[in-house]
Amino acid sequence: MKKKLLSVLLSAAMISGIIAGCGNNATTPADTSTAQTDAAADDTQTPEPAADAAADDTSADAAADDTADAPAADEGKVLNIYCWNEEFKTRITDHYPDYTEVDATHGTIGDVSVVWNITPNDDNAYQNNLDATLLKQADAAADDKIDMFLIEADYALKYVDTDYTMPVADLGITDADLSKQYQYTKDVVTDSNGVLKGLSWQGCPGVMFYSRDVAKEVFGTDDPAEIQNYVKDWDTFNETAATLKDAGYSIMSSVNDSYRVYSNNVSSKWVTDGVINIDDNIMKWVDDSKELVDAGATGTHDLWSDDWSKGFYPEGKVFAYFGPAWLVNFSMAADTEGSIGYNGGWGATEGPQGFFWGGTWICAATGTDNAGLIKDIMLKMTTDDDIMTDIVVKDDDFVNNSTVMDALASGEKKVQREGETEEHEYTSKILGGQNPLQMYINGVAGLDLSNLSSYDQGCNEEFQHAMKNYFEGNATKEEALDLFYKSVVEKYPELTY
Amino acid sequence: MRRKSKAVRYNKWGYIFLLPFITVYVVFQLIPMFTTIYNSFFENYMSGLTQVGPNFVGLDNYKSLFVQGDIWVYTKNTLVLWILCFVPQIILSLLLGAWFSDTRLHLKGQRFFKTVIYLPNLIMASAFSMLFFTLFSDGGPINSLLMQIGFISEPYKFLSNAGSARGLIAFMNCLMWFGNTTILLMAGMMGIDTSLFEASEVDGATSTQVFFRITLPLLKPILIYVMITSLIGGLQLFDVPQILTNGTGDPMRSTMTLIMFLNKHLFSKNYGMAGALSVLLFIITAALSLVIFKVTGNDKRKG
Repeated sequence: MKKKLLSVLLSAAMISGIIAGCGNNATTPADTSTAQTDAAADDTQTPEPAADAAADDTSADAAADDTADAPAADEGKVLNIYCWNEEFKTRITDHYPDYTEVDATHGTIGDVSVVWNITPNDDNAYQNNLDATLLKQADAAADDKIDMFLIEADYALKYVDTDYTMPVADLGITDADLSKQYQYTKDVVTDSNGVLKGLSWQGCPGVMFYSRDVAKEVFGTDDPAEIQNYVKDWDTFNETAATLKDAGYSIMSSVNDSYRVYSNNVSSKWVTDGVINIDDNIMKWVDDSKELVDAGATGTHDLWSDDWSKGFYPEGKVFAYFGPAWLVNFSMAADTEGSIGYNGGWGATEGPQGFFWGGTWICAATGTDNAGLIKDIMLKMTTDDDIMTDIVVKDDDFVNNSTVMDALASGEKKVQREGETEEHEYTSKILGGQNPLQMYINGVAGLDLSNLSSYDQGCNEEFQHAMKNYFEGNATKEEALDLFYKSVVEKYPELTY
Repeated sequence: MRRKSKAVRYNKWGYIFLLPFITVYVVFQLIPMFTTIYNSFFENYMSGLTQVGPNFVGLDNYKSLFVQGDIWVYTKNTLVLWILCFVPQIILSLLLGAWFSDTRLHLKGQRFFKTVIYLPNLIMASAFSMLFFTLFSDGGPINSLLMQIGFISEPYKFLSNAGSARGLIAFMNCLMWFGNTTILLMAGMMGIDTSLFEASEVDGATSTQVFFRITLPLLKPILIYVMITSLIGGLQLFDVPQILTNGTGDPMRSTMTLIMFLNKHLFSKNYGMAGALSVLLFIITAALSLVIFKVTGNDKRKG
């Protein structure tokens, strides 16, 4: 009998092990029941594996579904926000009046509890997660539905051009409310029928940041207005590249630096009627870049690679980077001793063409039960002058409010940061005391983003990857273009070329 | 009634103890395999947030795979990478295995070296690739070193030349797997009857002769096993080139393996095309497994 008890125990342990292993698969319950009848000789043991399995199932479910963890006791008052980093959460925590932080992923606004679902962007994980949840949106319980989610410009239309995103007009936000916002921020999230479906609190107009020391050495001046003459259009820019090359400097770290400047100024979309289309300005980037690379005037590094970042320091021998305020403020090693930014060694000038880089848009998900709250958050964060001025002063963001930005640019509105004794004009230490805001504003005013398509993210990525082969001499232009078409069709099987 | 059956009814425990394996096998291997084959006959992908299909398209997915013709390029890449990795690996492993198992040499610190050569295999492939990516980047330490000793004057773009990129991938794989192969071969060598070695010694055979006339022929079954498992592993090569080239298979997809190509279809959740590709891979792998069955089967008959 002892032997029998032992073997029953052993097999019970084993079966519960299996069931714990494969969670909620449909085949396992059948297996359990047959195994249980087999092992039923000693009936005191049998309920255990089943109970085990049940317990494991629920815990596995709960872990897999992060959205479901809000307490039900809150009368269905849950605001689920999907995003990929802490940025928006920090802005809400610091600037939204009624928000109280509970812990890293939870907060409250009045009696509504806010649940942050943060999935990092790497490997498309954020979009994959958001897609899966949005597709289940219609069947989800009211408290589990996504209420608000954030998107980036490169893939904005993928979401905006569907019914999963709510028109902001339906929330009760009028055009008059949005009159101070920059037009390009609205273009990005306007769907193919001309309906506005998202809002942003920030603008990310880009300029050209150049090293003042190199400018003095090569051109004899570091005055932004004079430097602008050397880079005022692409032809002049390329001539300047040759001058800099002779002096031992690269005009920019990599050809990919200027990609956005060209690609934001296109006159046609990446895809028209299901056919892939390459805009003339993008082909101009290819030709200009090939010449620069062949002349040895710049490199072919990927953005964010170590080689690309070398130019943040004087030893990198890079003249300029293209980027918005956040690049120079937060991403160019400005707080590392010895870097150009640390010594206030960058200058800002408009460069050949206006462009933008980055930015986050807030969308309301269809089916939300918190429309009123979302409207309030959108209005406060993206249109309220006081809150937005506060964001500029505290976080160095460029906000999406022309009144606020114009006042700061002209010096009409003074700022006083923590630890400073008196108010002063907005200036940037990293830029050697320059006030770059007017340049950002000029850059953003001329932007026309009516030519976005929902395939932009894949097309931009694959185009740069494919062209790298051409620049480095591993393929002819035609071969590289073929590779580009092939890669895009792999990503979007419905397209042709 | 119970008394009667007690004596003979032990075999049911056999089935119960088999259950874990069978369940795991059916759930994680058999069912996915059949659904993969089933899926390969459908057009089924996501376009943004819109689901396209599933529409039955027969053999269209297979057809377009062959019409594009790229699959042969990727098969060739995969095999080239495997050969580049396997040849040095087997030579190195045979040499080390022979030294370690040679009783006359009686190497000291064997245990230490056996551990050390196995260590690279314990590092995650992704970490290993990241390390090499940094080491061999255009401005990385290897380039600085080569420039400092005056070997080259301009940085050499290791990852932008087909030869060096493939070489690096093969080298990393070789480094990761030669320890494993050495241990397998050593086990085979130690299984050889020592009286054979003694007899040859008495007959005055040189160590080269011993290696080629005795060790190698008797090691054949293990060698074949190592070769086939390595080939199957090689066909599924993914992590190292994926991370080293950031998924692009640059330059010009010369380092794009079959599984990396499969992975490309995941962006649009293209189950149809990915399924068809998987089925092709399955057929190749199955054919190779049949070969190993045949060869080892023959060997048993002789023995």
